[in-house]
Amino acid sequence: MEEIAILGVGMHPWGKWGRNFVDYGSLAAREALDDAGVDWNDVGFVSGAITVRCGYPGYVAGSTFAQALGFNGAQVASSYAACASGATALQVARGQILSGATDVALIIGADTTPKGFLAPNEGDRPDDMDWLRFKLVGATNPVYFGLQARRRMDLYGATTDDFARVKVKNSRHSVHNPRARFTKEYDIDDVNNSPVVSDPLRLLDICATSDGGAAIVVSSMEYAKAHGHADPVRVAGISTVTPTFPDTVIDLPYIATDSAGATSRPDRGFKQSIGDRVYAEAGLGPDDVDVAEVYDLSSALELDWYEQLGFCAEGEAEKLLNDGVTTIGGRLPVNPSGGLGAFGEAVPAQAIAQVCELTWQLRGQAEGRQVEGASVGVTANQGLFGHGSSVLVCK
Amino acid sequence: MKTRVPAVEGMFTMDDEPHLIGGKVPGRDTYFFPKHVAGGDPAALGAELEEVLLSRRGKVWSYTSSDYTPPPPFVANTDPYEPITVAAVELEKEQMVILGQCVQGITPDDLTIGTEVELVVDTLYEDDENEYVVWKWKPVEESN
Repeated sequence: MEEIAILGVGMHPWGKWGRNFVDYGSLAAREALDDAGVDWNDVGFVSGAITVRCGYPGYVAGSTFAQALGFNGAQVASSYAACASGATALQVARGQILSGATDVALIIGADTTPKGFLAPNEGDRPDDMDWLRFKLVGATNPVYFGLQARRRMDLYGATTDDFARVKVKNSRHSVHNPRARFTKEYDIDDVNNSPVVSDPLRLLDICATSDGGAAIVVSSMEYAKAHGHADPVRVAGISTVTPTFPDTVIDLPYIATDSAGATSRPDRGFKQSIGDRVYAEAGLGPDDVDVAEVYDLSSALELDWYEQLGFCAEGEAEKLLNDGVTTIGGRLPVNPSGGLGAFGEAVPAQAIAQVCELTWQLRGQAEGRQVEGASVGVTANQGLFGHGSSVLVCK
Repeated sequence: MKTRVPAVEGMFTMDDEPHLIGGKVPGRDTYFFPKHVAGGDPAALGAELEEVLLSRRGKVWSYTSSDYTPPPPFVANTDPYEPITVAAVELEKEQMVILGQCVQGITPDDLTIGTEVELVVDTLYEDDENEYVVWKWKPVEESN
């Protein structure tokens, strides 16, 4: 797959700031433009990742950020793919650049998230799967995380201490990240003494919901070279795959899986197929990866990604963690930013923030949490309703 | 006496041996639940699903709890809220997994993966006039 260049990245710190999401996105965008050395008036395409909870989708869009920065006549598009929205927005921007429609694009996502569980909008909607799962089952997001964690314990002998050690590792990484919301270092007892949310997971195993914003400036390789970026971080692959029927692993927001009664299960499950696609585009494999940012909605979910991205065989993620491989200083550090456990979800910004962190890592700018010599990084993420999300960057 | 009404119409039967109401691709063993917001089978594009009753017994695929009160549209049946247990149950014939609450009194400690359960209809919540019911999973008692 032809590559594009990352010229600049920017991020508003995650927190509970209580301001309009547009403020966070605009700040991140200005930071990314500064970092890129690109004039806002030279941006030909604005790709917004949408949030729906704080307004209707048309309002919370690329054009909202474009208007906040001052309309410059750029073309615009807005993407919604839940947690995967940022990767989709990047995907749209890459298409614009590789088609020759524009040279420079700005991708932005930001959110202001209410406290507590993510929940559907008000109203009576029995034909909405997201409404049905809350109404009839009480199936919050952590319920799905709990099902996955219990399954890991049963299939692979994982323990709650293993899950806690993911949180301990990521909290240690977060201490050195000025943009993380939680920067306290936790130990196993802290996790094990926090209240149960969805058995076997506890409060400190599960990520919070946050305010935050992130932005990226990308361009064609030709534009990058012509504008003083001789050796930029490059996007070598983007995966936004959907599952392949039948997907028989229960997942958000469904209350039932597909049926494998007539068609046998595919060899590679949905989450594995997310990584397969990004590696295929980049012409690289898991052995080439130096650093990863994966979606640790829960501590136990991070372990799944080790296997699904091919860092180890199925059932060996706990060993990889406990051997220190995925800690900074190990062979393949995962979530050097501190991950979602340290940030909390700001849904439309999250997939973009992962790419920002990897860009800093590959440039050697991740002070205090630097993965030495990293030249290939991969992200993984998933949006409810079947949205895969993975980006592979290299330098 | 309150009237027993389904919390959502058309998703399950309310007889002594209740069943979930699913959809099936005619001539193929592909099932969906719920039928009214079913997905599709790519090998049977556009097939008109027929209504079928799904197996009322299955085995626990995984299980968890919700120790904090879920947000609306969930309505808690007890005040103060008592944690609910949720099971994902695999139906052998249909080769699919279906979520549901477990009947009151069942905690995660009562379950293991593989526990055999059956479908019952039980209270979800009540108001002054009605008892709103939903399907729930109940461990099958060993009959000796």
